[in-house]
Amino acid sequence: MELTGAQILLESLKKEGVKYIFGFPGGAVIDIYHYLPEYDFEHILVRHEQGAVHAADGYARSSGKVGVCLVTSGPGATNTVTGIATAYMDSIPLVVFTGQVPTALIGNDAFQEVDIVGITRPCTKHNFLVKDVKELALTIKKAFHIARTGRPGPVLVDLPKDVMQAKAEFSYPDKIYLRSYNPHYEPNKKQIKRAINLLCKSSRPLIYAGGGVISSKANEILTTFARTFRIPVTTTLMGLGAFPADDELWLGMLGMHGTYAANMSVNNADVLISVGARFDDRVTGKISTFAPRAKIIHIDIDPTSIRKNVQVDVPLVADCKLALENLFNFLVDMDDVNWETKHVEWLEIVKEWKNKHPLRYEKSGTYIKPQFVIEKIYDLTKGEAIITTEVGQNQMWAAQFYNYKYPRTFISSGGLGTMGYGFPAAIGAQIANPDKLVIDIAGDGSIQMNIQELATAVSYNLPVKIIILNNGYLGMVRQWQELFYNKNYCATVLQKNPNFVALAKAYGAEGFRIDKQEDVEPVLKQALFSKNTCVVDVIVEPEENVYPMVPAGASLTEMLLV
Amino acid sequence: MRHVLSVLVENEAGVLSRVAGLFSGRGFNIESLNVAPTLEPDVSLMTITTRGDEQIIEQIVKQLRKLITVIKVVDLSYEQVVEREMVLMKVNTTDNTRAEVLRIVDIFRCKVIDVSLTDLTIEVTGTQSKIKAIINLLQRFGIKEFVRSGTVAIKRTMQLD
Ligand SMILES: Cc1ncc(C[n+]2csc(CCOP(=O)(O)OP(=O)(O)O)c2C)c(N)n1
Ligand SMILES: [Mg+2]
Repeated sequence: MELTGAQILLESLKKEGVKYIFGFPGGAVIDIYHYLPEYDFEHILVRHEQGAVHAADGYARSSGKVGVCLVTSGPGATNTVTGIATAYMDSIPLVVFTGQVPTALIGNDAFQEVDIVGITRPCTKHNFLVKDVKELALTIKKAFHIARTGRPGPVLVDLPKDVMQAKAEFSYPDKIYLRSYNPHYEPNKKQIKRAINLLCKSSRPLIYAGGGVISSKANEILTTFARTFRIPVTTTLMGLGAFPADDELWLGMLGMHGTYAANMSVNNADVLISVGARFDDRVTGKISTFAPRAKIIHIDIDPTSIRKNVQVDVPLVADCKLALENLFNFLVDMDDVNWETKHVEWLEIVKEWKNKHPLRYEKSGTYIKPQFVIEKIYDLTKGEAIITTEVGQNQMWAAQFYNYKYPRTFISSGGLGTMGYGFPAAIGAQIANPDKLVIDIAGDGSIQMNIQELATAVSYNLPVKIIILNNGYLGMVRQWQELFYNKNYCATVLQKNPNFVALAKAYGAEGFRIDKQEDVEPVLKQALFSKNTCVVDVIVEPEENVYPMVPAGASLTEMLLV
Repeated sequence: MRHVLSVLVENEAGVLSRVAGLFSGRGFNIESLNVAPTLEPDVSLMTITTRGDEQIIEQIVKQLRKLITVIKVVDLSYEQVVEREMVLMKVNTTDNTRAEVLRIVDIFRCKVIDVSLTDLTIEVTGTQSKIKAIINLLQRFGIKEFVRSGTVAIKRTMQLD
């Protein structure tokens, strides 16, 4: 039987196992929406297309599945760009469907026409314009395949209106072969040997893990690996949760706001095992002084990550999980190495660093400390919640003071640093995890960038919690101004913040305000255990800073400490 | 160092802008670029000449390979290759100078493809250095118009695996 393009799209999504579509309609996609009620998908109607993409992204990050969006042409499509770029920087699998004007009008500056394939070329893993309904099913198959394999990423499929109306026989390909796209998963045996040599000789090894560990589901083997061979672990922001933060081998995050122990360990390690991380400048600081004493083993699925920023001694282009399993199997059979004792001295030194400067903050003062709020949230949730964040100081405190035990429980815009990400991402995470507590740690600035999604959360009865660390500033920028720009607080004071409690209520959510230390625990409790969408406005110390801090461009050892 | 990259791509809309966008977006330079279909109608070959140190060239090659529509990338700088460019130019001539221009054309084994009372249109094919040499010699007569292709280079016939 012949189906319309719109039906073929929906049938294909069914074949891909899609359950949720995050979207917003318009003229160019009205045909698709026309058929949507005939299918079992749950469509989540957002209030802004950026929200749809971040929600699909939060869904993907928290579940490991591909997130799906559907938006109209023109402004609908351009509104997705920040979300797509966010997902691209953090390698998150999404398929974004955009409406397009009819093929005959493309290039004519038609109403709501925009070259979204051109616009998103540099921020998608790949994108497609479907010009013929006969190619639609295959293109969708390709899109999902590309999004979820290799180094994952967002894929955009542009759908002209006439293609959605045209008819074709529907058949969905089972398998797909792309001659120009064949991700390489198996590690090279020679490089594995070289890595093993280094590790056997090493006395001060360190694991530096990133988001790739989570996307390749390598967290368990990573944990076993570290524990068996007694190697301390630090992760990037994206890697939080890849290794349990209550383990004695855990050093905390490294980099600009990393812990003293993590940064000192990087500086003194003799072998650095980088797994699924990409030596971003926020991690390395001054690149020429990064890990100066270490031979570097770099495991990454993406060849371009290797030797992009640093020279490495052993490049391992492979799936993180397969590479770690391979290394593990060799190392565990080494009879002549006593792993129990091999790194004892090193672990002692590392422990001293941990004790010397643990994460801490000044507890006195009249205001509530934002770090205290995060600690309380950790205590109340026993580390079992999914935490999303906005961007800025709130994000760093959420990274530092909540101990992540599991992968996919810390969800944050790392590479792009997108303010307004956390709340829609929390919506997506809540949809993927209906039984989990999902909390967005927000700043008073960031939350206003996608606050309209309160309507979405309330509409779908999502008990997402927004905890605003309200410091009255664009705090992270203010911190830079304080430390490096003579306290010239230009454009970082948020003078007329709305009444967040009233705003929450206007949307039909619950609103709470905390301005006294003794209210923190009881009010948080009330909100966290509520069945409703809640906004908790916590008035915190306005000029609190995030420490440790490595100034941009400085070496990791040049940390400003509390 | 100058590198000549042979890049086999899917012959489809947008592939050129993917490659060009990669170079501009990442700050790599393109010295010349030549694109044309191969004998297989769904495959095109780009020959890109670029400059950079070893690390940059390695990144360029890897980034090109990462593009979904790129099938194969070969850095011809490490191979035995034949390189050619083509130039078409109109050189001013008078009754007094025509003979000398024709002599130069002859020595360089170029072709005269059009003649008028005031100029000769010449086709030159060769390496960059040959082209540079003939331009040097003909410049004093006045070159009125000048078009030049990018480099094309060949090692051996590239085949799909
Ligand atoms: C969309 C966007 N615009 C601007 C920035 C730059 N920026 C980074 S952090 C920050 C301040 C965020 O303020 P707030 O949300 O209140 O968080 P705080 O740092 O105060 O916790 C800004 C403006 C950004 N990251 N994203
Ligand atoms: Mg703030």
